[in-house]
Amino acid sequence: MEQHDHSSSPHDAPHTVSYVTYLLIWLALVMLTGLTVALAGVDLGRWIIITALTIASIKTMLVLEVFMHLKFEDKTFRLFVLVACVTFAIFITLTFFDYAFA
Amino acid sequence: MAIASAVPVSVEPDFYHTKTKYKGILGWIFTTDHKRIGILYLVTMLVFFFTAATLGVLMRLEMLTPGRTFVDAQTYNTFFTLHGIMMIFLFIIPGLPAVFGNFLMPIMIGAKDVFFPRLNLLSWWLFLFGGIFALVSVFLPGGAADTGWTFYVPYSVRTSTNVIPALSAAFILGFSSILTGLNFITTIHRMRAPGMTWFRMPLFVWSLYSTAWIQVLATPIIGITLLLIAIERWFGVGIFDPTLGGDPVLYQHLFWIYSHPAVYIMILPGLGVVSEILPVFARRTIFGYKFIAFSSLAIAFVGSLVWAHHMFTVGMSNTGMFVFSFLTFLVSIPSAIKVFNWIATLYKGSIEISAPLLFILSFIIQFCIGGFTGLILGTLAINIHVQDTYFVVGHFHYVMFGGTGFGLFAALHYWYPKMFGKMYKQAPAYISWFLATVGFNLLYFPMFVLGYEGMPRRYYDYLPEFQTVHQIATVGSWILYAGIVVMFVNLVVSLWRGEKATANPWGGETLEWKVPSPPPLENFDEIPVVTTGPYDYSKYEKAAQEVK
Repeated sequence: MEQHDHSSSPHDAPHTVSYVTYLLIWLALVMLTGLTVALAGVDLGRWIIITALTIASIKTMLVLEVFMHLKFEDKTFRLFVLVACVTFAIFITLTFFDYAFA
Repeated sequence: MAIASAVPVSVEPDFYHTKTKYKGILGWIFTTDHKRIGILYLVTMLVFFFTAATLGVLMRLEMLTPGRTFVDAQTYNTFFTLHGIMMIFLFIIPGLPAVFGNFLMPIMIGAKDVFFPRLNLLSWWLFLFGGIFALVSVFLPGGAADTGWTFYVPYSVRTSTNVIPALSAAFILGFSSILTGLNFITTIHRMRAPGMTWFRMPLFVWSLYSTAWIQVLATPIIGITLLLIAIERWFGVGIFDPTLGGDPVLYQHLFWIYSHPAVYIMILPGLGVVSEILPVFARRTIFGYKFIAFSSLAIAFVGSLVWAHHMFTVGMSNTGMFVFSFLTFLVSIPSAIKVFNWIATLYKGSIEISAPLLFILSFIIQFCIGGFTGLILGTLAINIHVQDTYFVVGHFHYVMFGGTGFGLFAALHYWYPKMFGKMYKQAPAYISWFLATVGFNLLYFPMFVLGYEGMPRRYYDYLPEFQTVHQIATVGSWILYAGIVVMFVNLVVSLWRGEKATANPWGGETLEWKVPSPPPLENFDEIPVVTTGPYDYSKYEKAAQEVK
């Protein structure tokens, strides 16, 4: 099996991800996209937003962790991504203080 | 700021005279030197600033009399749209970080350059292309955009003017801002000199760091939002236009999620400049260093959560309005912490009056007026009365121009000797400060009165009873413009006629004053080892006590 060696900067320890893993993650992303499309036709009321955002968040995490190699990075990088995610979550929550109570 | 050993006097020529790969203009536009890129931003930005300021003066001239004075309503709409887009996206957002951040931040942390020099150059090119797009949109068939800098839907989706090129300009400029932010965060994390701990960093660097986070986190949202408007215009997809099933209030949420934090992108570096200049001219160690540093982060964080106070009259839920009003009041706490610490720094200081300090003193007073009127606007009941009136215009300009604008003038006068290796004449600098301060207050303070009495913003015409106050403001615009012209004539003439500046003409303690003026290409012959904090003026304080 071919392996992809990723060691872009000298301070990073070399790490490898097999193409099987990439393929499985890709399949998971396609399935989750299919699920989102299927759920769009089901009347879930207010839960539709939460469901769609949950699926989108899982897909994002898969891309970040595996394709973008976040799981191999040190704590500083993971913290930076966490800050971005938390900020985004706060933006959405505060926006829904308007929509949910309108 | 003490260092382990004195920085050796550089035998290298300064960065203006160092041989580069390309000569002449190519040596500038293809440079990866952070100092040259800072100068490139300065020149480009000033071109846009003078264009936008001239448009502002023309707008005020049109408001001299009710009805038509010298342009029609459509031209007036174009004037305030271009004035807003240029001032916001091309002057005040890149102003302090891109010019002074680029030139000085690496030197202040003891580095030879930013972490990604080529990305830094790309940021400037994107800035230039964005600016050109904005200018080109004026002359294309269809006419310049007339939406105001906010591009509010549904009007921006329906108007036949050149909204797409103007949106493209803002989109490209957003990328420039993101890349600069990314570069600064990485540089501050990775390239600080040995001994330059977080709490030995100059406060200007702290403010740049906080700003950079907002640039990286909030700017993509405006990029996507502007792209959605383009998609709606091109393909008729119902995103924001209610006739297509869209929601115009959603646009306002998305727009202000970026554009209110953008206000903090504009003001935070200005606050950093105040913290930098005050201790030097008060000869006092800054009061409350850690509080000022953390208040920058707090302003960046809380300031990102207050966007919907721009929308109290659009039909938001009561819960939403309460939450955003509360958060707006909250952001005043870290802002006040800074002001109290600045005043405490001046207290019992050996104050030396100079042009940079005068601009800073104007900054503090005007920023306080802007801040207090912001609290008035954040109060739900009063907001309903003054929403979209000249009161908002007055508040905004007191913070953005009275604050950041004057901060930029102060920074220019403070770091001018370092950047250009020349001193400017003090008398014209004092005159320009006096004219700018008097003109500024004469121009913008009457707007609070106008707004409170019900004069809506962006209106071409007005009732006759508003004329006297409008005329006072217009005269103020002439005095302010005269002050700015005197300032820049003085600074430009001094490039040729000014006396040669020493390495440390003001007696500053931060690292940029330890290198020659102007600095050599790589700033330091040897990377310094830092042993103390950035504002160690204890020797002056002891001397002052002995005199007493």
